[in-house]
Amino acid sequence: MVDVMHGVPESRPADESDDVELYHPHSWITKYVFSQDAKIIAIQYSTVALAIGLVALVLSWLMRLQLGFPGVFSFIDPDRYYQFITMHGMIMVVYLLTALFLGGFGNYLIPLMLGARDMVFPYVNMLSFWIYFLAVLVLLTGFFLPGGPTGAGWTLYPPQAILANTPGQQWGIVVMLVSLILFIIGFTMGGLNYVVTVLQGRAKGMTLMRMPLTIWGIFTATVMALLAFPALFVGAVMMLLDRLIGTSFFMPAIVAMGERLAHKGGSPILFQHLFWFFGHPEVYIVALPAFGIVSDLISTHARKNIFGYRMMVWALVAIGALSFVVWAHHMYVSGMHPAFGFFFATTTLIIAIPTAIKVYNWVLTLWQGDIHFTVPMLFALGFIVTFLNGGLTGLFLGNVVVDVPLSDTMFVVAHFHMVMGVAPILVIFGAIYHWYPKVTGRMLDDRLGKLHFWVTFLGAYLIFFPMHYIGLMGVPRRYHEIGAMSFVPPSAATLNEFITVVALIVGAAQLAFVFNLIWSLKQGRPAGGNPWRATTLEWQTPQTPPAHGNWGKTLPVVYRWAYDYSVPGAAEDFLPQNQPPDPRTA
Amino acid sequence: MNEIAPTAVNTGIVRPAGWRGFVADWSSDQRTFKNVSWGKAMMWIFLLSDTFIFGTFLISYMTVRMSTVVPWPNPSEVFALEIGGHHLPLILIAIMTFVLISSSGTMAMAVNFGYRRDRKKTAILMLVTAVLGATFVGMQAFEWSKLIAEGVRPWGNPWGAEQFGSSFFMITGFHGTHVTIGVIFLIIVARKVWRGDFDEGRRGFFTSRKGRYEIVEITGLYWHFVDLVWVFIFALFYLW
Repeated sequence: MVDVMHGVPESRPADESDDVELYHPHSWITKYVFSQDAKIIAIQYSTVALAIGLVALVLSWLMRLQLGFPGVFSFIDPDRYYQFITMHGMIMVVYLLTALFLGGFGNYLIPLMLGARDMVFPYVNMLSFWIYFLAVLVLLTGFFLPGGPTGAGWTLYPPQAILANTPGQQWGIVVMLVSLILFIIGFTMGGLNYVVTVLQGRAKGMTLMRMPLTIWGIFTATVMALLAFPALFVGAVMMLLDRLIGTSFFMPAIVAMGERLAHKGGSPILFQHLFWFFGHPEVYIVALPAFGIVSDLISTHARKNIFGYRMMVWALVAIGALSFVVWAHHMYVSGMHPAFGFFFATTTLIIAIPTAIKVYNWVLTLWQGDIHFTVPMLFALGFIVTFLNGGLTGLFLGNVVVDVPLSDTMFVVAHFHMVMGVAPILVIFGAIYHWYPKVTGRMLDDRLGKLHFWVTFLGAYLIFFPMHYIGLMGVPRRYHEIGAMSFVPPSAATLNEFITVVALIVGAAQLAFVFNLIWSLKQGRPAGGNPWRATTLEWQTPQTPPAHGNWGKTLPVVYRWAYDYSVPGAAEDFLPQNQPPDPRTA
Repeated sequence: MNEIAPTAVNTGIVRPAGWRGFVADWSSDQRTFKNVSWGKAMMWIFLLSDTFIFGTFLISYMTVRMSTVVPWPNPSEVFALEIGGHHLPLILIAIMTFVLISSSGTMAMAVNFGYRRDRKKTAILMLVTAVLGATFVGMQAFEWSKLIAEGVRPWGNPWGAEQFGSSFFMITGFHGTHVTIGVIFLIIVARKVWRGDFDEGRRGFFTSRKGRYEIVEITGLYWHFVDLVWVFIFALFYLW
């Protein structure tokens, strides 16, 4: 599908909609700190998300040290181990991946890729970041309060989460829930902005079906987040009430430590439903922006139009819709009616269809393309392979009969790390290497980038492939120490040591990436306006980095879709979206 | 928002039919909803998200009501009042519901006068709406204190399942917060209308953007939503 407007276009400049009233900062503080410019907000979001991500990385090191060398590091006692697991999971899923994809890339790319001057409500957008920042700070206070952060596992299942003798029961669980509530409030403010900007704030000629797939991915994910986070919000409020004032929403009559608790009549399964009604869409809230970004990376760096653009859009929408009716596949072992299991297994496997369409289309985009092995492209290719691998084990776990024996083993850990840990993170790296030149005006160092890619990509496989194997042997997840179990051969311990060593190396490689980010800020090769010769609007700004208001005096007018690469007869091999059609061929 | 940005309709293009045409219309140039301003679109999408919050609250309430093994207190008896020697079940809730629904009426009239740029009538009607809303919250406070005096707590009550008290305080509390926020917004916007901010193009304190009379309608959307939610709480909590 080549979507170019034929005929002679109107020559008058794009109208500024009378909704547009750009906020102009008056001081250093309103320009860089309490900024209402989506680009600054994006950088703030990304910096905070990456910083908190480093905390989660260190936590994963500590966990791996315990698993690889049990008993050697005496300061990692069982309580601490559970706290590390919990914080690692929650930070990575919510505070890093969600915030970085939607708050970071969403804020930067939505206005620029759509030809808008800013988000529709910049003030609300600013509040969104600062509430997110507050949520992160509240989360971190857990480390310093008596009892430490919560150790209930990242799913926070009650009654465990609020029972005495669960680590962090005093304050950790409270700040965790408060932080989540704050995050949801902050995210809603940003999310409303992203959705309304996409729906109502596009440049002239930018129809929805000409949007780059990056925007489609972020847009679909944001809509999903606005509908999925309410379930977590309600669950968090109710658990907070259970913990603080002694209600019994999730707490059944229970005897703990030989003592009968005051709670009675609540339903722990209700929390699981609420959590996973959020939790499963959350997987795709993280995955869909990655899908979108990777489509654009592949198309740009293979100099070829994306294969089946419309199908790619429909696949995104279909995945988004289906992901709301699969949540109970996380709960097969909670004791549900077999008919429910059948229903949720069926819907889960149906999601494989739109997902497979996307993977085939990526491969067909690469087919006979002019593939440049740039760093972003390497990460994009790494994503396809990793996502495919992680997705295939998802087919195992989506089936009730296969899931029940595999549930709560390391196999599950390996699966979700491949599919929603490593895969989206690879896209984040690729996207940072791709857009860093636009954000700073300088390229990231190529050799360091390639080193970073190969260590991360191969390392991720060396970590998580053996983990599948350990899981199939029956090694349970969430155990501080496996100890002597007759069905676990000694080789499992050797494998665990191996995984730990690789994990330390891969983690260290991320420091090279952080160094690259900082070093290239001043020392990187100047990038110019459009180093990747890409078609989308953000590369066509008059200044790099884009100035306040993005576009100078007149807004761009869009004449074509985002994928006009390798165009025969064009002066260069690509046509930017704002290039008017040649009147001679009209 | 008087003018819609013109779409690039070119007579040379054959417009697609069927499903393709449907998609082409909805995905067309610049704006998906042609007559809808940014603020109104944002409020509608926020309300959709908020619907999910209230929906989840109500579903959770129904779930704990079914999961608890202790009998549920009879709402008609719990929420009955003795007035002048007569035992009237649900009388306070009936009055509260009447007050809140009436406030939707005055709100709708305020929107009407807002678009006629009748500053005084708009401001007065918004203030009447705010007073009715505040009355609702006041009666809710009365109901809360009556129940608390009778021994209802979030963690227990004299008549049966303790989830009765916890659900009641949580859901009505969350709804009451919504009403209170609405009252505050009504007062702020009424003040702006009264002062003539939307005629002079005075800029907002925080956003430094000019407001329009449309903000009255957007406030109204929120207010009607809060009323509508109350109808569901009324039906599912008090009448069930």
